[in-house]
Amino acid sequence: MSPTDLPTDAATAGAPAPAPLLTVRGLRKSFGTNQVLESIDLTVGRGQVLALIGPSGSGKTTILRCLNGLEVADGGAITIGGEVTIDFGRVPAPSRRDLAALRDRSAMVFQHYNLFPHKTVLENVLEGPVVVQRRPRAEVTAEALALLDRVGLGDKIDAHPFELSGGQQQRVGIVRALALRPQLLLFDEPTSSLDPELVGDVLRLIKELAVEGWTMVIVTHELEFAREVATEVAFVDAGTIVEHGDPKQLLRNPTQERTRQFLHRLLFPF
Amino acid sequence: MNQSTWDLFLSSLGPIILGAVTGTIPLALVSFTVGLALALVVALMRLSRRRWLSGVARVYISIVRGTPLLVQLFVIFYGLPSLGVLIDPWPSAVIAFSVNVGGYAAEVIRAAILSVPKGQWEAAYMIGMSHRRALTRIILPQAARVSVPPLSNTFISLVKDTSLASLILVTELFRQAQQVAAFSQEFMLLYLEAALVYWAICLVLSSVQGVLETRLDRYVAH
Repeated sequence: MSPTDLPTDAATAGAPAPAPLLTVRGLRKSFGTNQVLESIDLTVGRGQVLALIGPSGSGKTTILRCLNGLEVADGGAITIGGEVTIDFGRVPAPSRRDLAALRDRSAMVFQHYNLFPHKTVLENVLEGPVVVQRRPRAEVTAEALALLDRVGLGDKIDAHPFELSGGQQQRVGIVRALALRPQLLLFDEPTSSLDPELVGDVLRLIKELAVEGWTMVIVTHELEFAREVATEVAFVDAGTIVEHGDPKQLLRNPTQERTRQFLHRLLFPF
Repeated sequence: MNQSTWDLFLSSLGPIILGAVTGTIPLALVSFTVGLALALVVALMRLSRRRWLSGVARVYISIVRGTPLLVQLFVIFYGLPSLGVLIDPWPSAVIAFSVNVGGYAAEVIRAAILSVPKGQWEAAYMIGMSHRRALTRIILPQAARVSVPPLSNTFISLVKDTSLASLILVTELFRQAQQVAAFSQEFMLLYLEAALVYWAICLVLSSVQGVLETRLDRYVAH
């Protein structure tokens, strides 16, 4: 399955100069007195891949969580797919229904996988499409089996998550997200809890998805990966986007001193 | 142990086991089932963001845990009639024990729900689930596993506590033993015999708990 199979995309195919898939305007978020996001503006076009990089605690994960409605922003607006805009500044604040609408259009892959431990691999994948989206079980199962097969887990469909390695669990996490048929894929440090030798499989899979045309926002510390896969990189620090631009350009020749320092620290940790 | 004591032991085993089968065991099972349903409601109230709901739950739990079960039984069976409310021994006992289990198990269930990692809620929301659906399909099944050992303890305590129902005239294991003891004047023998039967029941329950834990264990990360 690729995003171009989706009816929503088919409808807009051939339309002149399509609106960006994701637009974020003036997103603000505080936890208590701690302002984590100051005023975030982002635009991601269809089929584009945005990598968010930056020091831990800079707010990049919070951006992602706001996009999926797991955090409710204090202000600003998020538009996904052109038709749904959630305005966080308005009164009354967005309802659960509004957040659900946001979630319907995106799917997230978590740093710690967050698979359902009491369900098998296949059940983990089916839960969303069958139970929530009420799509026919047979159709979804066929699709899920094909996806699991593709990520090399065709023989693990009846296993429980704790029987799998971290890399295998994360691949199930990615399949679970894909099976929801989202317009936007969100990755929250997808390889940060993996053993080094397992990172490659997961990154390779994400790269394949990028090539297939999925629109993605990826929070990552893997600069090499960002350089290769992303169409745009944004450096986030202290709740603002310090600079953004072409990955090769930004990662080699950052214009901002803060970016330069951050990259230097990552390249020369000691 | 001489022959007549042995004979008395054997002949009183019948009425004692009858008391267990018709009194103790059904009383414990019914009260536990009702109490568990009540506990789930109270636990969810306690976790609610609505202040008054969690307040009501908190007061309920506090009263149940802060007053003796025997006093609760007496209030219902001997106290309520003075307000014109007459309840038979059996339903009185079921009410008192259910309310009691409801208070203790509510805290167990609440702790079990809180023990499920936050990421499980987030993954459930991420795939589009509502709060209620996330709770029933994702959180509660995992909380159930965590709460099996403490809830088994609650149940075993309940089985023994049903002996208090003998004081409000419920025909159960201990009341049967008391009656044979009063008749035969062999108090030591009969009370030890009652203790033995309680112990046997609890041994069976412990092994059931073990089986249940291993079965549920298969599906949970370690």
